Amino acid sequence: MTTYLITGATLLDGTSTDLLIADGVVAERGSGLSASGATRIDASGLQALPGLVDLHTHLREPGFEQSETVLTGSRAAAAGGFTAVHAMANTSPVQDTAGVVEQVASLGAQHGYVTVRPVGAVTAGLAGERLSEIGAMAQSRAAVRVFSDDGKCVHDALLMRRALEYVAGFGGVIAQHAQEPRLTEGAQMHEGPVSAELGLGGWPAVAEEAVIARDVLLAEAAGARLHVCHVSTAGSVDVVRWAKARGIQVTAEVTPHHLLLTDEFARGYDARFKVNPPLRRDEDVQALRDGLADGTIDIVATDHAPHPRESKEVAWQEASFGMVGLESALSVVQQAVVDDGRLGWADIARVLSRVPAEIGLLAGYDAPFEVGSPAHVALYDPAARSVFTADRLRGMSGNSPYLGVELPGRVIATFHGGVPTVLDGELRPEEEVARG
Amino acid sequence: MTGLRHLLSVRDLDRATAIRILDVAEDMADVATRAVPKLPTLRGRTVANLFFEDSTRTRLSFESAAKRLGADVTTFSAKGSSVSKGESLKDTAQTVAAMGVDAVVLRHGASGAARVLADSGWIEAGVVNAGDGTHEHPTQALLDAYTMRKRQLGDLSRGAGLDGLRVTIVGDILHSRVARSNVWLLETLGATVHLVAPRTLLPAGVGSWPVTASSDLDAAIDDGPDVLMMLRIQSERMHAAFFPHEREYARQWGLSDERFGRLGPDTMVLHPGPMNRGLEISATAADSDASVILDQVTNGVSIRMAVLFLMLSGGAEAAA
Repeated sequence: MTTYLITGATLLDGTSTDLLIADGVVAERGSGLSASGATRIDASGLQALPGLVDLHTHLREPGFEQSETVLTGSRAAAAGGFTAVHAMANTSPVQDTAGVVEQVASLGAQHGYVTVRPVGAVTAGLAGERLSEIGAMAQSRAAVRVFSDDGKCVHDALLMRRALEYVAGFGGVIAQHAQEPRLTEGAQMHEGPVSAELGLGGWPAVAEEAVIARDVLLAEAAGARLHVCHVSTAGSVDVVRWAKARGIQVTAEVTPHHLLLTDEFARGYDARFKVNPPLRRDEDVQALRDGLADGTIDIVATDHAPHPRESKEVAWQEASFGMVGLESALSVVQQAVVDDGRLGWADIARVLSRVPAEIGLLAGYDAPFEVGSPAHVALYDPAARSVFTADRLRGMSGNSPYLGVELPGRVIATFHGGVPTVLDGELRPEEEVARG
Repeated sequence: MTGLRHLLSVRDLDRATAIRILDVAEDMADVATRAVPKLPTLRGRTVANLFFEDSTRTRLSFESAAKRLGADVTTFSAKGSSVSKGESLKDTAQTVAAMGVDAVVLRHGASGAARVLADSGWIEAGVVNAGDGTHEHPTQALLDAYTMRKRQLGDLSRGAGLDGLRVTIVGDILHSRVARSNVWLLETLGATVHLVAPRTLLPAGVGSWPVTASSDLDAAIDDGPDVLMMLRIQSERMHAAFFPHEREYARQWGLSDERFGRLGPDTMVLHPGPMNRGLEISATAADSDASVILDQVTNGVSIRMAVLFLMLSGGAEAAA
């Protein structure tokens, strides 16, 4: 394995340092390091970040390879500074057996760009009727710890209660997609003045808040951990804050797009802005930013949701829900909460790396840049500014809401366990990164 | 003024443009009284009716309008067509456009479909929104406004708006593209709008619309509106718990004989059709002299002639 000497990178505390990456770990840290035979990377002006960990990605393989594959999704992740992604279970076949999760994990390992941690379905086939083989998935080679029916809500209270209890027995966590189905039949966008004008079915905030309120109380009664996916409303933030104050073991995530975009973007009926949960009001965006800053919301997770062109180049209600987000995540988060001073880079490392890894029980992210730690590193240029275009996307799909938008920042290099996946702002070739 | 490129939403029409459309429709209405009710203005032009949703009356109205202007009309309707085999809006529109059309009249079940088609760059023809989901039905609102103006002002209609006219719209506002288009166009033309519906059928956000709203039809009638517009109620809505059953709906929000009897002598009654006689409107009310429902249908052709004329003739004056 090649040795890399990164010089003059800015650490999370703002100080400048050199890092020597060798044999997959941070071998040395200090100033004025030298190493013969090492490839030098001048990182002056670049922010060093721990490799980002996405707790919520859709890799679409098996079953939807026209949208994305484990390979293309891993490449998109690496381009965004990620070194680990949790792949959601709504594949075909569903990730509800040991066999399927082992396959997805093994594909990720072979391709090598990121560590792929499959998420196990809570219910068999995502049908919401009975538990999937949670124990088998936990004990498989994929070592599943996060379970979610994401895309769908575990809406049956008894099933959610049992799932919380059962998963706790395997040390895992349920990640709930909070959406009361009866209140959101035919829903297309946030229910409010804009949906009323546009004649699009509304997705009321209460359909998310009521489920979270129920689930935190179920988690309390079960003594179990709960994670809430893609929190999107001010009311949801309030419920989570209340629950934490009560000592309930709940964590919550927010997507980059919910930190930046509102329902006003639906006005042209451009289905790139159609997403579940939907874009909401400015008051919700502000509450989510405040919640991320004060720790009520623990992490940022992308909910990267690739879709082929033909499912977005249609009338709004015919279009699929979702946006890609791996490549743009850091830039959007910087635009939304860093450039205005709400969060610093140490906070970003917390919400986009250390804490997602903790929630997912993923080892190797608790002490970044310490000598001996796995070399999961991203080098990011916060001073760059450019218009986000389709050629910045590295996955298979182009459904990004940021095309044509000027955004700050750029990922210059990414290291996954000491292997560079991105150098000089470009992905390394598959043959070089593959680990057989 | 320049011609219309598209007609997607009444919110794209300023007051002057809206009044001009109504005035051109007056000219077109005169054509209908002639022995040969045709104008050669659009000869050689082709209008394609793309109807993804069933609609006999609107489709026939647009067909008549195009033919009276001498245009060729080709109609595509969804049943039994490639759409039922899964062909997309994009492919259908491009296929029809590839056969050479100057304007596409689109009716589609998805809100925003006309905007998506117009903004897409898939075709070059102008797009007329003939009803998109629950969003808008611009020519309906225009023909409603024309009808109200004509009944109110008669020969003094030309050049006038609807200033000071008090309009009450009753029914399933939430799912009604007719209501939405009327709300915005009536505001533009200076009318005052009051909406009446069960609360479940008033949109969230109606508070930010330029209207007043309530659930009390009797109080609204006692207020003495100039215009009462009844909207069709669909019984499917009771299955989604918007109201308990049709009889309760009719009792609370129907224009019964009793309510009709309390209307002022000059109050006009409108309905976009098709009507559920005995449900939202009584037979007596529908067939009365106060009803301008058939005028609406007649005026619909004139309005659609005006729109096609303004879109396709480059804005030149209509031959008298």
